[in-house]
Amino acid sequence: MSLVLLIFLPIIAALFIPLLFKKIGQIHTGWFVLLVPAALFIYYSTLLPSIAEGGNRVSELQWIPSLDIAFIAYIDGLSLLFSLLITGIGALVVLYSIFYLDKYREQLHNFYVYLLMFMTAMLGVVQSDHLISLYLFWELTSISSFLLIGYWYTRDRSRFGALKSMMITVFGGLMMLGGFVLLGIMGNTYSIRELISQAPELVGHDFFVWALVLILLGAFTKSAQFPFYIWLPDAMEAPTPVSAYLHSATMVKAGLYLVARFTPIFAASGTWVWLVTGIGLFTMLWGSFFALKQKDLKGILAFSTVSQLGLIMSLLGVSAAGFHVENATEIALNYAGFAAIFHLINHAVFKGSLFMIAGIVDHETGTRDIRKLGGLMSLMPISFTVAMIGAFSMAGLPPFGGFLSKEMFLTGMVALTEFDLLSMDVWGIMFPVIAWIGSVFTFIYSFYFVFHTFAGKHKPEELPKPAHEAPKGMLISPVFLAILAVVIFFIPNIVGEWLVKPAVAAIQPFMYDSPAAVDVHVAAWHGYITPELWMTIGIFAVGGLMFWSLRKWQHLYERFPNTLNSLYDKGMFLSDTGANRFSRTYMTGFIRSYLVYMFSFLVIIVLGTFVLNDAFAIDMNNLAPVGLYEIVIMLALLGSTLTILFSKSRLTAIIALGAVGYSVALFFVIFRAPDLALTQLVIETISVALFLLAFYHLPQISRKEERMRFRFGNAVIAFGVGVTMTLVALAAHSGKALPSISEFYKETVYTEAGGGNIVNVILVDYRGFDTLFEIGVLGIAGIGIITLIKLRLAKKEGQHENK
Amino acid sequence: MKTNDVMLQTVTKVVTFIILMFAVHIFFAGHYTPGGGFVGGLLTASAIVLLMLAFGIQKVKKIVPVNYVVMTSVGLLLAIATAAASILFDVPFFTHAYDYFDLPLFGKTSLHSAMLFDAGVYLVVVGVTMTIIQTIGEDE
Repeated sequence: MSLVLLIFLPIIAALFIPLLFKKIGQIHTGWFVLLVPAALFIYYSTLLPSIAEGGNRVSELQWIPSLDIAFIAYIDGLSLLFSLLITGIGALVVLYSIFYLDKYREQLHNFYVYLLMFMTAMLGVVQSDHLISLYLFWELTSISSFLLIGYWYTRDRSRFGALKSMMITVFGGLMMLGGFVLLGIMGNTYSIRELISQAPELVGHDFFVWALVLILLGAFTKSAQFPFYIWLPDAMEAPTPVSAYLHSATMVKAGLYLVARFTPIFAASGTWVWLVTGIGLFTMLWGSFFALKQKDLKGILAFSTVSQLGLIMSLLGVSAAGFHVENATEIALNYAGFAAIFHLINHAVFKGSLFMIAGIVDHETGTRDIRKLGGLMSLMPISFTVAMIGAFSMAGLPPFGGFLSKEMFLTGMVALTEFDLLSMDVWGIMFPVIAWIGSVFTFIYSFYFVFHTFAGKHKPEELPKPAHEAPKGMLISPVFLAILAVVIFFIPNIVGEWLVKPAVAAIQPFMYDSPAAVDVHVAAWHGYITPELWMTIGIFAVGGLMFWSLRKWQHLYERFPNTLNSLYDKGMFLSDTGANRFSRTYMTGFIRSYLVYMFSFLVIIVLGTFVLNDAFAIDMNNLAPVGLYEIVIMLALLGSTLTILFSKSRLTAIIALGAVGYSVALFFVIFRAPDLALTQLVIETISVALFLLAFYHLPQISRKEERMRFRFGNAVIAFGVGVTMTLVALAAHSGKALPSISEFYKETVYTEAGGGNIVNVILVDYRGFDTLFEIGVLGIAGIGIITLIKLRLAKKEGQHENK
Repeated sequence: MKTNDVMLQTVTKVVTFIILMFAVHIFFAGHYTPGGGFVGGLLTASAIVLLMLAFGIQKVKKIVPVNYVVMTSVGLLLAIATAAASILFDVPFFTHAYDYFDLPLFGKTSLHSAMLFDAGVYLVVVGVTMTIIQTIGEDE
């Protein structure tokens, strides 16, 4: 129970933020906010010892018990790792934002409310055991991210970026919901733990691959995988603390979390292994390649985030491959899961610090354009040091955390070549090659980021503000993260023991029973003979060489167009104008067109039903004899109907219409319906009089006499409707299944209702309800006519409509 | 030139009463023979329309000083009250009651609550018809 409530702690705290901002304006609101993630971090840290031994914590809060929907907080190694990242980096980011955002000029109450909302959403995503509440929090991350990206909502680019990320992540979220529902149907439960326990039975289910693909779509859109990564560079319009927190350390890792969490269910499928590994690796190459094209510091970091997320994703795919071999723990595949989680931690550490440095550079020089920057090394020594540590860790240089995880990544990829299942023996060699090329580009852009910002010639005339070192408070968080990046290198096995192994045990339960069973030992030195050592040396050599000659070939990037972005833009444009244009083709505004649609569909649907169900029948047995009177009145009716159609003058048509009405009254007479005949006669008289009135008031121009124009389409549709309704009437008459209820009325009209006129007794007694509302309709019509006429008069008198 | 309407007006004076009597007859006879509130109401309205044709709308308004909108509302109220009254006697909505009484002058007569409902219909029909005709007639 308390664990579930802890998820909601940030959002509850957010309720007080506006109050604090308005009442206690002289203290930066961020200081109050800082308490929340810090307290949560400390609390989650206390769980570490028991989780590291393989335990877990579950707590449940019922939400909609009748639909089996609940908030279930389930903390195992994986959830705890993410919770610590969220609260830990969250605390550092809040601390950083206190110095980054000005308390007088910025709308801090908005900022921190969104940020705390996001924190709750993220904690909910990583701790939820219930698929539906997981989806709920998942969408909350999309929404709060949307709000944070659009924080400076007066800027055009911010709104564009926010909308783009919203469209893409919500698309993925909805796909994921579909996958969740399919999973729920397959396993008849929404609990992830229960689904994992029945994973072997799920594999053969019809929905299995559908659920797999849909859930992967959700994960790929959130984690900015190819081709959905395009929202991430545009999300860089957010304030830098947001970029550091959401778009490097936490939200984009929600997709990774999802893949990791569902690996035990889907690992049995080769599709999963191929999709996750393949897309991840391709994203890594693509992101690292295009990072060098960027001119904006945060743009470089955005593409590098895309690339690194692809790297982790591919490792998660390889870790799923471990399901397919008997002795997975024997071969190098067991590195993959460990490397994924280890690199996830490393990435959160160094990318957070790099974003903060980018923010500092922006804050202190006024620009993030790498072409204007340079030579800041001596002016901002601390920032330079931090940036260098972060970038070297990202490039995979010793002695930083990134080196270790990059080594293990290469080990995992090389291991795939030895893997002879799922047709890896043919394509497996591709993986280490792509990984190696991606790593080379990673090396180059890391250097590009640091040295083109801090080394080279200082260009003070291009900078909006004279550059100087950032205030101490702003440096606390990045320096702390940089120290962490170094520390991790020296104590990798302690980090592994406490954080990584419990998480790996959660991802690969098919390989390990408990965290202690994860027998991976991280070593900085593998020995001479391992191929990954030579690959690393190759990366340094080739990468160094290419970086050295970067100026010579970087202009080649201009030849690569932004195909995916323009595809997205065109897609949005087309769906907007295209849908508009499409609507305009059929929504013409002419009632004639709409009537054509309605009548055509009536004919098509009814005749189609006749044909498809073979429903048409004619039964001539039960027909009454036709008398002379009927024939005569029928002819009169036909004649006057034709007159209406072909008359030149409207007056003739009105009179002919009257003739139709009186003929119908005559029919009522000979079919023995005196009440109907009476009413029909009077009503016909009144309506003809009203028609004449309308005719009399026609404007002169439209009183010109002309025949109705002949339109072939109209004639066909009219004929079709007539034939259809005739056929329906014939078929209905022939297929009478039940005796009429009128016998009951005949028998009881005097005994029960005390009357003699069945029609009237039905109207006022048996079914008086209808009559009650019919006179209601009459009353409304009367009031409507008064309103139409009197209001028009009032309008004519007043000059203005609203008078 | 002013038209002399004396023939029309004289005939109207006689015929109006005949139509009105016929309307009342058809209204009351409705439960046993063709007729009822609807046709009765229409006939009554037609008698008033005849008056209007002969004497003009303004004069008829003085002769028959009725607010037809109020008449419509009263009719609707009467109809719904009749239907709702049955609830007071702990029977379903819209249950009618009738019995036979020995009335002076009429002899043995059935009195039926459906007649009250029909009277509501009658009032609504007269009210609405006259509202429409009068509103359109007065419109410039």
